[in-house]
Amino acid sequence: MSEARKTWMSLLAKAPPKALGQLWDDTGLAPDFTWLRAPEIGSTMVQGRMGGTGAPFNLGEMTVTRCALRLTDGGTVGHAYVQGRDKTHARIAALIDALMQTALADRLQAEVLDPLATAMDERRRTRAAKAAATKVDFFTMVRGED
Amino acid sequence: MYVAVKGGERAIDAAHDWLAEQRRGDTTVPELDVAQIREQMTLAVNRVMAEGSLYDPDLAALAIKQARGDLIEAIFLIRAYRTTLPRFGTSRPLDTGAMDCMRRISATFKDAPGGQVLGPTFDYTHRLLDFKLAADGEDGASASAAVEPPETAPARVPHITGFLGRDGLIEQEPASDEAPPDLTRTPLELPTTRALRLQALARGDEGFLLGLAYSTQRGYARNHAFVGELRIGTVPVEMEIPELGFTVELGEITLTECETVNQFTGSKTEPAQFTRGYGLSFGQTERKAIAVALVDRALRWRELGEDDQGAPAQDEEFVLSHADNIQATGFLEHIKLPHYVDFQSELELVRKLRRQATQATETEAAQ
Amino acid sequence: MQETTLEGGFADAPRDAAHAFRACMNAMARPGRIETLRGATPPAPLSQAAGTLLLTLCDADTPVHLAGAHDCDAVRQWLAFHTGAPLAHARTDATFAIGVWDALLPLSDYPIGTARYPDRSATLVVEMDSLTATGARLTGPGIADSAALSLPDIAALRANHALFPQGLDFYFAAGEHLAALPRSTNVEDA
Repeated sequence: MSEARKTWMSLLAKAPPKALGQLWDDTGLAPDFTWLRAPEIGSTMVQGRMGGTGAPFNLGEMTVTRCALRLTDGGTVGHAYVQGRDKTHARIAALIDALMQTALADRLQAEVLDPLATAMDERRRTRAAKAAATKVDFFTMVRGED
Repeated sequence: MYVAVKGGERAIDAAHDWLAEQRRGDTTVPELDVAQIREQMTLAVNRVMAEGSLYDPDLAALAIKQARGDLIEAIFLIRAYRTTLPRFGTSRPLDTGAMDCMRRISATFKDAPGGQVLGPTFDYTHRLLDFKLAADGEDGASASAAVEPPETAPARVPHITGFLGRDGLIEQEPASDEAPPDLTRTPLELPTTRALRLQALARGDEGFLLGLAYSTQRGYARNHAFVGELRIGTVPVEMEIPELGFTVELGEITLTECETVNQFTGSKTEPAQFTRGYGLSFGQTERKAIAVALVDRALRWRELGEDDQGAPAQDEEFVLSHADNIQATGFLEHIKLPHYVDFQSELELVRKLRRQATQATETEAAQ
Repeated sequence: MQETTLEGGFADAPRDAAHAFRACMNAMARPGRIETLRGATPPAPLSQAAGTLLLTLCDADTPVHLAGAHDCDAVRQWLAFHTGAPLAHARTDATFAIGVWDALLPLSDYPIGTARYPDRSATLVVEMDSLTATGARLTGPGIADSAALSLPDIAALRANHALFPQGLDFYFAAGEHLAALPRSTNVEDA
C-alpha cells in the first residue's frame, strides 16, 4: 500500500500544476471535505552529499506547500506535500491522494495519473534526445613534436 | 555608537515613488512580466536561487523584477522571504548519480562512459553579439531542430570519480549519515567542518568565489585541479513525511555538480593519489560550482596534511566570513547611512589634535 | 497513524497561534501571572494549555522530551503531525520537555545553556492539577512588587534561579490556564 501511495503522491507532486488542474477538472469530481491542515507554504532543507556519495551537507532550501484533508463521505484522509507555492496544486493532490484509497482509484489512475506519467516520461525522453544530440567525440590530435 | 534619527518620511515616500517609476522605465516599452524573467533570464534566476539559498524560480524572477535587475538586491529579498517560511523538514540527501543530465562533461577522460554531453552551453559560441536577437520578432529559438525522442528513458550516468575510486587512485569519500550542521540555524563557529563549509560556499557570492578559485590556479595554494566531471540536470527531492511514515518525492530541482580531481603527492600515511574538491549549486550555475569545488579543495589542506601556504583560499575564517554577499553588502552599505553623531565626535577629536599641535608649536617657538 | 491524532490543531492557524503566542509571551514576561490559553484540542494527558503552547512554540527545530505518561502514541503522533517537532533522543537534547513534575525530575538532566549561549537551554512545561496565585513568593524582572504562584518545589526552583544567566525556564499548565517562571525570577517561601 505505502509503495503504491508513495508512487502516486510523488507523481502528483512533480506534475505541472496547470496540467494536473486540467485533468482533475475533466474528471468532474468535486467531493466534499474538511481541512485537517489547510494549505500552508513552507520550506524543506535540501541535502547533498560530499563528492556525490559521501557525508551529507545542507545545500539550501526549496519552497513546499502541504495540506491534509478528510473526505466527508467515508472519512478517508488525503495528504499532499508539493514543490512550490501553489495551494490549489496541494489541494488537488491531497484530494486525489484520498480518493486513490477509495473505489474511485481505478478511474483516477486512468484519467489523471496515467496521463501525467506519460507526459512526464515524454518530457524526460525529449530532453534526453536533445542532450544526446549534443553528445560529442573529441579526437586527440597528434602533437607537433615527436 | 548608534543614535536613532527621526523625520524624512515624506522624502522617503517620494524616493520610493521615484524608485517604482524608474523600475518601470519608459512606459511606451511593454512591461516585463515575472514569467518572462523566469523563462528568458534563467541564469540570473538560477544565481538568485543559489545565493538566496531558496529554490523557487518564480520568486527569484519576482525578486529580480523588484530589484531592477540588481542581483544582490534580489538575493537579499529572497533571503528575507526565506526567513518567514516554516521548515517542514529535511530532504533525503540527493542522489546526484541519478541525475537526469542535460550536460555532463569530463576534462580528464575523453571516452568517459556515458559520453561527453555538451548541453546548452556558451562554451563553443564565438562571443560575438548576435544582432538578430535585437531585431523585432526574431527569437532564435525556431532554429532549434526538432529531435526524435528515444524509446526509453535515459539510463543512470555513472560518476567519473567512481572509476578512479575503483582502482584506489582517488581518496575515498567516507560514507556517513550523520546530520550535518545548518548555517541557517546555528551561527558560524570556527574551526568548522567541511559540511558547513560546503553549505556556506553554496550560498556564497559567485564573484568572490570566482576570484578566490582563480587565485588557487595562479599559485596561491596551488592544487592542480582538473574538472573530473561537471554535470547539470534534474534530480528528484525526496522527504520523509512523519505522519505517513514513508518518503515521497516533493518535486524536482535543477542542480550543477562539479567534482575536481587534484594532484596529491601523498603523505606519511597516504600513498600518492588524487584528492577531491566538490561543488554543488542550485540551478544551471556552472562557474559557481567549479569555483566552489576549487575553494573547497583549497580549504581541505589541514585534513589532507598539506602545508598552510598562507594563501587566502586556505584561510577558512577569511573565506567563510567574506563569502556571503548579503552580510558583505549590509556592512559595506551601512556606512552611507546617517553617522552624524559618530562623525561629529571624530571631527571634534581631529580639531582637538590640531589645536594641541598648534599650541605645542607656539610654546616651542616662544622658548 | 490513528486518524484522531490528525485533529485538534488550530482551526485558524495564523490567528490562533498569534493569540496563543501573546499569552505565552505575557506569561513569561510577567512571572506568576495566570493566562488563559485555548485553541488546541490535544489528546490526553496533554492539557489544553500545554497542547496549545506546544502548537505555538514547537517546530522541526525544537526536540521535545515527553516525560512519564505523556510519552504515549497519541501525544507523539499529534505532536508530529501538528508541529513536526522531533522527539529528543535524550533529555540533554531537549528544547522542550513536558510532563508532570515528578516525571520530569531530575532537573539536572536538561541543558541549562552555556556561558556564551545561555539560550541553548530547555523550557519545561509542567502539567499541574491546578494553578493558583498562592504559595511561593516571586520577585524579580517583570514583577512590580511580588507575585504568588502554587509551585511544585520551591527549593529546586530557587536552585535553578541561582544558575542565572544559565538555567531552565518553566511553564505551568492546568486545564486552560498557564503561568511561567523564567530563570530570572527569585523564588521564596511565602
